Amino acid sequence: MYSDNILGFETIEKNLKAMAFKRLIYSFISILAILFLLSSGLTIAEENNAGSFQRGLSKFFDYPVDLFKEAFESGWRWYAYVFKYLPDLISTINMAFFSTLFGAIFALLLSLFASKNLIKNQYIVTLSRRTMDILRSFPELVIAMIFLYLMGKSELPAVIAIVIHTAGALGKLFSEAIENADNKPIEGLQSCGASWWQRVRFAVIPQVVPLFISYTLLRLEINVRASTILGFVGAGGIGEALSAVIQFRYGDEIIAIMFLLVITIISLDYFSRFLRGRLIGDNK
Amino acid sequence: MEQVLNQNVIDAVDLKHKKHIRILIITGFVFLVYLIGSILHFDLPNLAKKWNKDRASMFMLDIYAHKDHIKMNWKDTQKIDVRFEGGHRHVYKDDPTWLIRNKNNQSTIVNFDNGGQFVFFPNRVEMRNFPNINEPFIFKLNKNGKPYVDGYVGKESMLPSWMRATENKVEVRPSLYERLQVYGSKVEVHRYELGWKYFWFDFDSPLVGKGFLDAISLMFNEDRVDPKISNFNLVVNEFLENEIWHHNTVLFAMVETLLMAILGTLIASMVGLPLAFLAAYNVTPLSSIRFFLRRLFDMLRGIDMLIWSLIFLRAFGPGLFTGIFAIAFTDTGTLGKLMSEAIENTDKKDKEGIQSTGANKVLQHRFGIIPQILPIFISQSLYYLESNTRAAVIIGAMGAGGIGLHFLGALMTGNDFENVAYMAILVLIAVMCIDTMSAKLRRLLIGIEDKK
Repeated sequence: MYSDNILGFETIEKNLKAMAFKRLIYSFISILAILFLLSSGLTIAEENNAGSFQRGLSKFFDYPVDLFKEAFESGWRWYAYVFKYLPDLISTINMAFFSTLFGAIFALLLSLFASKNLIKNQYIVTLSRRTMDILRSFPELVIAMIFLYLMGKSELPAVIAIVIHTAGALGKLFSEAIENADNKPIEGLQSCGASWWQRVRFAVIPQVVPLFISYTLLRLEINVRASTILGFVGAGGIGEALSAVIQFRYGDEIIAIMFLLVITIISLDYFSRFLRGRLIGDNK
Repeated sequence: MEQVLNQNVIDAVDLKHKKHIRILIITGFVFLVYLIGSILHFDLPNLAKKWNKDRASMFMLDIYAHKDHIKMNWKDTQKIDVRFEGGHRHVYKDDPTWLIRNKNNQSTIVNFDNGGQFVFFPNRVEMRNFPNINEPFIFKLNKNGKPYVDGYVGKESMLPSWMRATENKVEVRPSLYERLQVYGSKVEVHRYELGWKYFWFDFDSPLVGKGFLDAISLMFNEDRVDPKISNFNLVVNEFLENEIWHHNTVLFAMVETLLMAILGTLIASMVGLPLAFLAAYNVTPLSSIRFFLRRLFDMLRGIDMLIWSLIFLRAFGPGLFTGIFAIAFTDTGTLGKLMSEAIENTDKKDKEGIQSTGANKVLQHRFGIIPQILPIFISQSLYYLESNTRAAVIIGAMGAGGIGLHFLGALMTGNDFENVAYMAILVLIAVMCIDTMSAKLRRLLIGIEDKK
């Protein structure tokens, strides 16, 4: 009896050591792979980059320092620049907000068809999921550039591109939220004789809506960045203004626009975190 | 008594419910007004009008079809050449089977698959046998060297809708796949065919006309096409040096973009994790370091990837470094912040258990914290890898290079839409591959973590 136990411990220890050894080997191999990737990638980068790494590193602070110097020299006028570009910023934010809202509506429709617990037909679920995958996979820029070419310069192509991407990205999250909804409240209401609409209203919606809003807020943040970038390639708003002043090398105005952008992104970040915290009750 | 209490509860719930409904209706109304206003502001109802139909149809056509240009100069009507996509270097050496030169009456016939013909004569161009077009149209030059449609001088409005005659040009387009342009100096016919021609091997290649499977079987064939190099190398070289599709440049650009995303994310996670430890209160007791790192994360994150890439573009010039560092800087901020929060949320008991065995600080963190955050770390890093693949395309288009820049370049030329489509599909495939791979990897790695 006693010796059996000893044998047991020995076997356990042996197995444990074998497992630890295996994990060590795996970790070692993955570390080697990562190092190889890093070194070979950086070598390729060094060979194909326009300027070398070292020269670039020494020049890294030149540009920002130049910009700040110019901004400082322009003195009080600089504050006027900040206000000058405020309308552009608002137009960009509006573009992002509208596309997020519109995309979220599409996402909601798509996600209803992509949730296994709502749609029993397997084919419809798979089809809508693949649709969302494809919508999500194209970077906004690719769609926006094609539409910009076909429709001429305006904000509309950027809006369409963001809506398409948002519909795909949010649709996936929405359908996951619906599928993960707890079944017990639904059953509880059913046991009291609640109708289908009452079950959806009081058991499903309260579970998923906070998540939906929180995901949409997160998307809004991403889309503000995206619409700035799309403006940079010709869709108007603050991105286009930034692209113009960079071409003219107006250092003070570049700094003004960058300042506006950073402030917007940071405040949006805090605002959406605050709202999400209140909605889903975690303060991350 | 109980009944009354219940009634009170029901009333209270009802009141609250009504209040919620009221708020909901007001919010819904505000959003509806905003939506309608914005739809008008962004001019969505005029979507169809803004759509440039000519461009769109050319774009679509170019994506799934290719065209040959047949050109005749009025001054030298016997020198008719056929070019692939009108390229200067892509002249057919031998006439294609659909082009018939008749030496007797000095005519040249361009045949179309639907039976229609454009016939070049030294003094005129005839249009014959097109389905559903009974009238044989004849195009000539007048004394002033201007093109006109025979029998329709002064009656241009009587011409069918697919034909347009202006002073300097007559344009004929019986269907999407045939096009005739008559100018004062030349006549040009565009003959469209479906498919991506010369995708595998280009015009001047010894392997021209071979499909994918032919090429693969040729690779392992002992009989050398070119005695100097092996078939395998020949096939690969000829494929990469395709002058029409530029596989060499495009594929390398795709690799560059993927490298930007992978290296950027790798650097971000390698720098972000240690910094996250330093920024977590249960690891670093010094609040000044924590405060400094927190603000650093905020700054890295708040300065958008766009701005970072502009700054790096000035320092490193267009190339991989710009993309890598723009991604790495932004995501160091994001990952650092996320991971420091994850570290602060870890269960204290694990660490205390390790501490109770007398282990030092480093071992406590290694065995008390890292196993708890590793799954989050891996899955977050992989999520960022996915989104960075898309971001790398975008940064590339703004000047950092890679496939984004080539995409923009091809789109700007305005006639290489098949290349635009090719690159878009390549990006789609790459993004989907990365997505699938990272999902698999996440399941594999975190699965292992769970089993332990």
